[in-house]
Amino acid sequence: MSSDDLLNVSDLRVSFRVGGLSARLAGRATEIEAVSGVGFSLQRGTTFALVGESGSGKTTLARTLNGLQPAVAGSIRFEGQELRGLSNAAMKPVRRRMPMMFQDPVGSLSPRLSVRALLSEPFIIHGLSNRDLDAEVNRLLALVGLPREFAERYPHQLSGGQARRVGVARAIALDPVLVVADEPTAGLDVSVQGEVLNLLNDLRDRMGLSMLIITHNLHVVRQIADRMAVMYLGRFVEQGDTEAIFRAPHHPYTAALLSANPEPDPDRVHQRITLPADVPSLLARPSGCEFHTRCPRAQARCAVDVPLPAMVGESRLTCHFPLNT
Amino acid sequence: MTVLDVRNLSVAFHTGSGRLEALKQVSFSVPANRSVGVVGESGCGKSTLINAILGLLADNGEISSGEIIFEGDKDLARLDPTAMRALRGRRIATVFQDPMGALNPVLSVGRQMRDIQYRSGLSKRDKDARSVAMLRKVRIPDPESRLAQFPHEFSGGMKQRIAIAMALMMEPALLIADEPTTALDATLEVATIELLKDLQRDIGCSVLFISHHLGVIAELCDEMIVMYAGEVVESGTTREIFHDPRHPYTQKLLACDPARLSHRVARLPTIPGTLPDLRHRPSGCVFQPRCDRADAQCRADRPPNAVIGGSHIARCWYADISLAGVGA
Repeated sequence: MSSDDLLNVSDLRVSFRVGGLSARLAGRATEIEAVSGVGFSLQRGTTFALVGESGSGKTTLARTLNGLQPAVAGSIRFEGQELRGLSNAAMKPVRRRMPMMFQDPVGSLSPRLSVRALLSEPFIIHGLSNRDLDAEVNRLLALVGLPREFAERYPHQLSGGQARRVGVARAIALDPVLVVADEPTAGLDVSVQGEVLNLLNDLRDRMGLSMLIITHNLHVVRQIADRMAVMYLGRFVEQGDTEAIFRAPHHPYTAALLSANPEPDPDRVHQRITLPADVPSLLARPSGCEFHTRCPRAQARCAVDVPLPAMVGESRLTCHFPLNT
Repeated sequence: MTVLDVRNLSVAFHTGSGRLEALKQVSFSVPANRSVGVVGESGCGKSTLINAILGLLADNGEISSGEIIFEGDKDLARLDPTAMRALRGRRIATVFQDPMGALNPVLSVGRQMRDIQYRSGLSKRDKDARSVAMLRKVRIPDPESRLAQFPHEFSGGMKQRIAIAMALMMEPALLIADEPTTALDATLEVATIELLKDLQRDIGCSVLFISHHLGVIAELCDEMIVMYAGEVVESGTTREIFHDPRHPYTQKLLACDPARLSHRVARLPTIPGTLPDLRHRPSGCVFQPRCDRADAQCRADRPPNAVIGGSHIARCWYADISLAGVGA
């Protein structure tokens, strides 16, 4: 771990119990590993993006970092402190430094609270209600570019983009160092998506923030993330520098994801890598390389040997037959 | 032949704070065997348009003028509820954004697929055989045994394919797809678009495809309309609009799509300003408050539908200026 690392995650595992007694008696799997041996580090002032299809474990990973979901193994070091195993009370000051923005912009705000109450809440929760809350609310509204009058509005009176700005304001209320944002632009229109991403970029530069962003919009990743990781069935199959990965993906799954990105040009001839649509179940992980059931480059060996993580160029990946080498 | 012909459709809602004009003189048509895309941002009237076509407007909404001609002889704007119910599901089918919400979680997929064949008069066994054939068409592996399974036992992509199978089961003339790929990730999104294209060819239906994802529209649709604040501001073939957008809103919308940027930029393009309050529409052109080309004429008079060539129409006083002309 280098001294610049703000967050260092190694061999993190999260599992969920499934099925009941009947499954156990029938000898079926009773646990699924939703995050399986994930490791990465995030440098101060940078943005890291997690991409992958729904169900690949992105949100579970983010919730685990924040202590909302216990990990069964591995380590999460944040600002030099080990977070795994911390009690809820001990996590509280950590969450102040590492707030989370949840997916649905309107749904993640309580419908019964005004924007003023929503923005005061972080201060009250963390025992800072002795501050001048009205001044703090005005400061936060100004930071995210909303007029002061918005303090009296309720979530249903906000558009998706405005609600998202309130979510951003809540996240940055207590001067955090790392913001974990789960799909910050999902469901927003393209023009509003640009505004929110510009705002996040501005805040990062102005406040020296680091960000961990979860998204399945690859165009967003390219615009905002310094480094990225691609998840498949709870594992990182490729991670590295964003531009390098976009230029020359090494893992066949990354290549397929990038090639599947619909482009706004009706005349474009696509050289698409089409994958069989059947995503394997976490209850029955494929043998060998877990991607071999859908991989266009799979060979006999892939069904047997588990590929070990290796550096190819600037990327770290798990693949026997990487591309663009 | 035209499957759906919307002419001068206006829809208004009566709200506590006044009358709100959600659609204003919307005109477009969906030819047989074609896919027409509807693009526009939240609040532009996409959902109101679908609800008006399906006869599902909220109680405080009314069609204040215009016609919705379906299959040449039925005006959906004036059809009685019983006749409308006979059309929905049989001749006009719908696929919604959230596949989980479209399926009943406590009934098996087989039971739900049997139920929607209620009017077919087939035996239970024949209905199940049709369900299996339809599931096979949408590429659900091993469909016979999966009929007994429940929605939660399928992945998100599969659920959406089941919803599509159910919508196309009665071989409708028109499929309305409301953001069907928004909840899916890139690989499944592309697979779903390819599937819709194939099925459309197979069954020979028309598709009205609503999306705010420009890339998806470009891939799937032959023609498209661009909506802003309840008006159609531009319409034409997909190629015309993507290659030569004439309405300033379309131009800005296309420029905002990060998919157009091949490298990282310091600031992403946005459209300054906000949607107008539909209770108090701006004078003149509806986009005029946010348009940097707007002048006195734009502020005073509503622009006419300017024909650019063929089916390409833009509601702008300056529709004759292409992007190349303004140096953008």
